[in-house]
Amino acid sequence: MGRYLLRRLLIAVPSLLGISIVLFTVLALAPGDPFGELASNPAVPPEVRLALRAHFGMDDPVLERYFRWLAAMLHGDWGFSFVSRVDVDTLIWQRLPATLFVIGSSQILALLIALPVGVYAATRPYSLFDQVANTLAFIGFSLPTFFTGLLFILLFSIDLGWLPFVYRSDLSATGFSWWWEEFRQAIMPVAVLGMFQGASWTRYVRSAVLDVIRLDYVATARAKGLREGRVVLKHVVRNALIPVVTLVALQMPTIFGGAIITEQIFRVPGIGSLLISSILANDTPVIMAVTFVFACLVVLFNLIADLLYGWLDPRIAYR
Amino acid sequence: MQEQTLRALVARVKDGTMSRRAFTRQMVALGLTAPMAWLMLHHAGVAAAESKFEYKPTKAGGGGPLKMLFWQAPTLLNPHFAVGTKDQEASRIFYEPLAGWDPDGNLVAFLAAELPSIENGGLAKDGMSVTWKLKQGVKWHDGQPFTADDVVFNWEYAGDPATASYDVATYKDIKVEKLDDHAVKVSFKKPTPFWPDPFVGVRGMLIPKHLFADYSGAKSRDAPANLKPVGTGPFKFVDFKPGDLVTGERNAAYHVKNRPYFDTIEMKGGGDAVSAARAVLQSGEYDYAWNLQVEDEILKKLEDGGKGQVVIVDGGSIEQIQLNFTDPWTEIDGERASIKSKHPTLSDKAVRDALNLLVDRGSVQKYIYGRTGVATANFLNNPPRFCSKTTKWEFNVDKANQILDAAGWKRGSDGVREKDGKKLKYVFQTSINEPRQKTQAIVKQACQKAGIDVELKSVTSSVFFSSDVGNSDTYPHFYCDLQMYTTTMTEPDPALFMNQFASWEVATKDNKWQGRDITRWRNEEYDKAYRAAEGELDPVKRAALFIKMNDLVIGDVAVIPVVYRPNVRGVERKLKLPLSGWDNDMFLVSDWYRET
Repeated sequence: MGRYLLRRLLIAVPSLLGISIVLFTVLALAPGDPFGELASNPAVPPEVRLALRAHFGMDDPVLERYFRWLAAMLHGDWGFSFVSRVDVDTLIWQRLPATLFVIGSSQILALLIALPVGVYAATRPYSLFDQVANTLAFIGFSLPTFFTGLLFILLFSIDLGWLPFVYRSDLSATGFSWWWEEFRQAIMPVAVLGMFQGASWTRYVRSAVLDVIRLDYVATARAKGLREGRVVLKHVVRNALIPVVTLVALQMPTIFGGAIITEQIFRVPGIGSLLISSILANDTPVIMAVTFVFACLVVLFNLIADLLYGWLDPRIAYR
Repeated sequence: MQEQTLRALVARVKDGTMSRRAFTRQMVALGLTAPMAWLMLHHAGVAAAESKFEYKPTKAGGGGPLKMLFWQAPTLLNPHFAVGTKDQEASRIFYEPLAGWDPDGNLVAFLAAELPSIENGGLAKDGMSVTWKLKQGVKWHDGQPFTADDVVFNWEYAGDPATASYDVATYKDIKVEKLDDHAVKVSFKKPTPFWPDPFVGVRGMLIPKHLFADYSGAKSRDAPANLKPVGTGPFKFVDFKPGDLVTGERNAAYHVKNRPYFDTIEMKGGGDAVSAARAVLQSGEYDYAWNLQVEDEILKKLEDGGKGQVVIVDGGSIEQIQLNFTDPWTEIDGERASIKSKHPTLSDKAVRDALNLLVDRGSVQKYIYGRTGVATANFLNNPPRFCSKTTKWEFNVDKANQILDAAGWKRGSDGVREKDGKKLKYVFQTSINEPRQKTQAIVKQACQKAGIDVELKSVTSSVFFSSDVGNSDTYPHFYCDLQMYTTTMTEPDPALFMNQFASWEVATKDNKWQGRDITRWRNEEYDKAYRAAEGELDPVKRAALFIKMNDLVIGDVAVIPVVYRPNVRGVERKLKLPLSGWDNDMFLVSDWYRET
């Protein structure tokens, strides 16, 4: 197990290196200039912009810039934002809590919907409950998050006036009212993301459970006289979860991506909105750092998925 | 307009037969900036006007929170690094200049005790220096006194190229001396007619010496105060998350009596313009929304919600079509549109006149921009309420046809006019932006009727507006016949704006297309007028020169102005605020209040 983990981590190094090279090249080739705003301002002489470019080493060859970035990264220096003139890691750490909170809660919500609904629907296939759940699931994952997001805003914020649609990272309230405010502002983004994920996972859980529930050993378990609840939970669900875990783990990084739009709509100050604003401002060090964080997440969650298999299915051994 | 006429007008304001506002209005209609009009009156010794904004609250505080939405979030809070308007606005909550520009273009004192003039000895007669007297008893937010040392330090800090401040041009060629604790002398290298530039307005915000002194030059980026401003302004810093949120609280020791009214201030960033408009106009969650670049139709619908209204601020930008005076299709010495060439057809004045008649500004305003874009004939500032009677635009296909017929451009078998084998076929480029593509279509249609074939091209904004030397699709390259974009002109001094037609500013390969004369239009008379204006100390003579320059550009159709685009803000109905087109929106945030 320990050796397996070590080997996997070592394999991750070259793949992350490769990813960083690709990202860096693409960003270097992309059009745009972080100091473009200076060019269109008549009060700023061109020398200022040229001096800034030289100051941040933007006119050096791509290869040289890449190795400088890599060396700095190995020292734990994530780079320096052109636009905010602060260290990139400060920016990322500021944004991480909001993203983790919103995405974490939405994933929990999605699992809370998908697991019971999927399992229950699979134990009673083609019943009325199954049909309704199926239909809702289809609607759920057919509607993109930016659409449901706007719909929610129009309904709950504009027409009904119940919920705020601007997410604030500094709520002035304290104690119970802080929790209440936090809940009120988080409910829409969390619901939008959670329901979208939950819908597709419901379908997945249902089919995984259906595959397992027809197997002989389930019939044996029932024949032994075990209670239905125990059969489903201990014998069916545990085995059915293996593919589901893969899916959830592998989808994690994409969810960060999907959250970008939701973060933008609700103004959640998360990593995603940081990425969008940096792309719009051509702030390359920040784009590089954020995309690299996403790449690391992909690699990490892959590893977590593999480790979870072993826990769910002891037949899988790590060598 | 001649110098004599201008002088007569100034005299009329002086003896009271003409109002100050009427004078300013007339100057703006002539294409001058309102601050220039102020300068003329100031030099003539006309008493300063009272600001028309009335501040009603009788005590400071008690206003609760002021909540503002900026769909482009502030990313830094050091005014000397604040390239973007959003950052300047955020800095202005905490920092103040010596003086700023009010909505009528009048200079008003903030940290200055009085405005320098020739009468009070503040202005040198030879235009070589200005002496500013500083307000006494002003304290930084941390309790340290504000003195002349701070002003001198700001000059050293921003003028040092190693600091990489964006306003280095304002400070690098001047010299600032401390006369006593509350007076500084600004000396210029050459006679400077427009003296209210250093320490004034957007580029004039002052930072404290005691916090930044150790972080001058190359170390500037390490200053902790870059992210935790300590200023003299109406609000004290509380928290800043770059790209997300700026918060502040009332400065109880603010140096102006009974101000500010609001107890806390919040600037939330991110999202998009439409939802920002919605949060102010429709749901009332926020009090103020910045720069609502939203179609007027949508704004009107949201306004019906009744919680807020759209406020349109004069001063702003011109959406203009530029004509290329060089040949963009032939390569000379490795560059197209070289100034050694001449455009085969656009160099004919008749063709340019015809094109000017074929831009249907009325429809562009009516169907595309609404209140957020007003048809205009002037290249320089032309707010709608100041509309000039002397300059006007016309949309007339018949007249365009007549002009082209008279000039010998005959229609060919394909309906496209030609002369000497040269066809009137143009490529017209702009950035990708819905209103721009609609405008392009309107121009194309009209041109077709006049026998001019226009091919439309649209370029992604990030490419079009970049300064990438290697990409020929950027606007400074101008590798096509016509192009359209907005030039902003919030500068109080027109000299900075008008240099874009000076012949030495031509964008070429040699200067990596950094030059500001994009159309490559060159005119000796213009150059002469510009040079004369640079050293002309008499503001009236100088104004006459700028009017002449404006007329030369418009008369020769170097550009075709399309619509004037004022600044659009969303404001909660009870919030009262003075907004100036010549300075930041936050320039007088101390005076914002809510009517009860």
